[in-house]
Amino acid sequence: METLAGAAAAASTLELLQLSPPGWGANLLQGLWNSILIACGAFALGLGLGTLGAFGKLYGGLITRDLLAIYTTVVRAVPELVLILILYYAVTDAVNQTLIAVGYGRIQISGLAAGIAVLGVVQGAYATEVLRGAIQAVPAGQIEAARAMGMPPALLARRVTLPLMLSNALPGLANLWLIATKDTALLAVVGFGELTQQTRQAAGATKAYFTFFIAAGMLYLILSIGSGWLFAKAEHRARRGLPEVRG
Amino acid sequence: MSGSRAGASEAIRVEGLRKSFGAHEVLKGVSLTAHEGDVVAIIGGSGSGKSTMLRCINFLETPSAGRIVIGGEEVAMRADGSVADRRQIERLRQSLGMVFQQFNLWTHRTILENLVEVPVHVLHQPRAEAEARAQRLLARVGLAEKADAYPAFLSGGQQQRAAIARALCMEPRAMLFDEPTSALDPELVGEVLAVIRDLAAEGRTMILVTHEMKFAREVASHVIYLHNGVVEEEGPPDALFGAPKSERLKQFLKSVG
Repeated sequence: METLAGAAAAASTLELLQLSPPGWGANLLQGLWNSILIACGAFALGLGLGTLGAFGKLYGGLITRDLLAIYTTVVRAVPELVLILILYYAVTDAVNQTLIAVGYGRIQISGLAAGIAVLGVVQGAYATEVLRGAIQAVPAGQIEAARAMGMPPALLARRVTLPLMLSNALPGLANLWLIATKDTALLAVVGFGELTQQTRQAAGATKAYFTFFIAAGMLYLILSIGSGWLFAKAEHRARRGLPEVRG
Repeated sequence: MSGSRAGASEAIRVEGLRKSFGAHEVLKGVSLTAHEGDVVAIIGGSGSGKSTMLRCINFLETPSAGRIVIGGEEVAMRADGSVADRRQIERLRQSLGMVFQQFNLWTHRTILENLVEVPVHVLHQPRAEAEARAQRLLARVGLAEKADAYPAFLSGGQQQRAAIARALCMEPRAMLFDEPTSALDPELVGEVLAVIRDLAAEGRTMILVTHEMKFAREVASHVIYLHNGVVEEEGPPDALFGAPKSERLKQFLKSVG
């Protein structure tokens, strides 16, 4: 009797995870894909903001540095969940009020765009600090050599400072990427169909909570193992020319 | 002044150069003229301002006051001593090959890539042409077989020879050496000095800050002794080293042996 029930459970687990209905596998994969899209977008936006932020903090004027200090302090202090709710509801509402006031219709911000924007701004604040530290760790003499040879600032940043700081920054950036992949789960609160939201739906509809949340956990794990491998490759490439240091 | 080649045109002229770091005045009005083919050695004790003087010539340090003229072109400065025209500075820097105490090769690029970086990406020369010149220069400083090595895997002497080749690869009007052998193990000093001696012999204009007194006496056409930010004594090397006039220089020469 017990073995029969066990076999039935195993069969139904596989059925539940099948790609075609009645299985929910396709929904989960769609959710994973959405999560990856948001994480990639947010990470890229964060890298852009972080690069500008780091150079601004290091070389900018007084006002630039003050504004950036406010940005990194505030964004890193407020929980991401609260920021998501502010942007998704409060900012959308404010934009719509303004649009109506000047005679236009309402707009609806897509979950994807909102997710990338919020998580990107959060990532940017952390990336600013990671990259600032990495740039400061670049040997000053190598930057000075480029200046002494007449390299203009933008070219110097691209050809010398950024590639040199990459080996210092990559471990911190890998952390940020993993946080980005997991923070996508927060978008479930605004009903965006990323992996956690899809999992909740599948689990709620079938009552197979254990099956689906374990499956989702596995998908997150595969994602992080895969990206860990890619970051290790990138770090190896960035450290070319540097002798290996072993404690 | 450096009258060894009085007929040659002027390469670098520094007049009344002053530089302060906060309240501390490091250079108190120093002057220098190097004609084409001159080798000017700047000597002096630690803290005398000799490195600062050299670094002011290509504006790695911004002078507080004074005039700097490179190849007949005066560097524009504002009244407060700040740089007036960044592009002019960049252009002039491309005509001054600087060699640092710590070599400062770019560790993420191979030796060959270090040499062609500025010719290709700043001066926009064809890569093949720049690489051919780089290979010739590497052969000249005895590093032909290290073209594809990364700097961290070379000895200090090899790195400094590569750094000299990197500066030469821009085809500069003059070379600036900032204590090029001070960071080297004693047994590696000779190979770097040999390269610099070779450059002096082919008539390159050079300004050399150094602690190697014997070498300065051998290669320089003019020697400047700095003390506390002023030129204490200057002249041809034989006069300066053979018959120093000032008491301070006599003491200094005695202390460095």
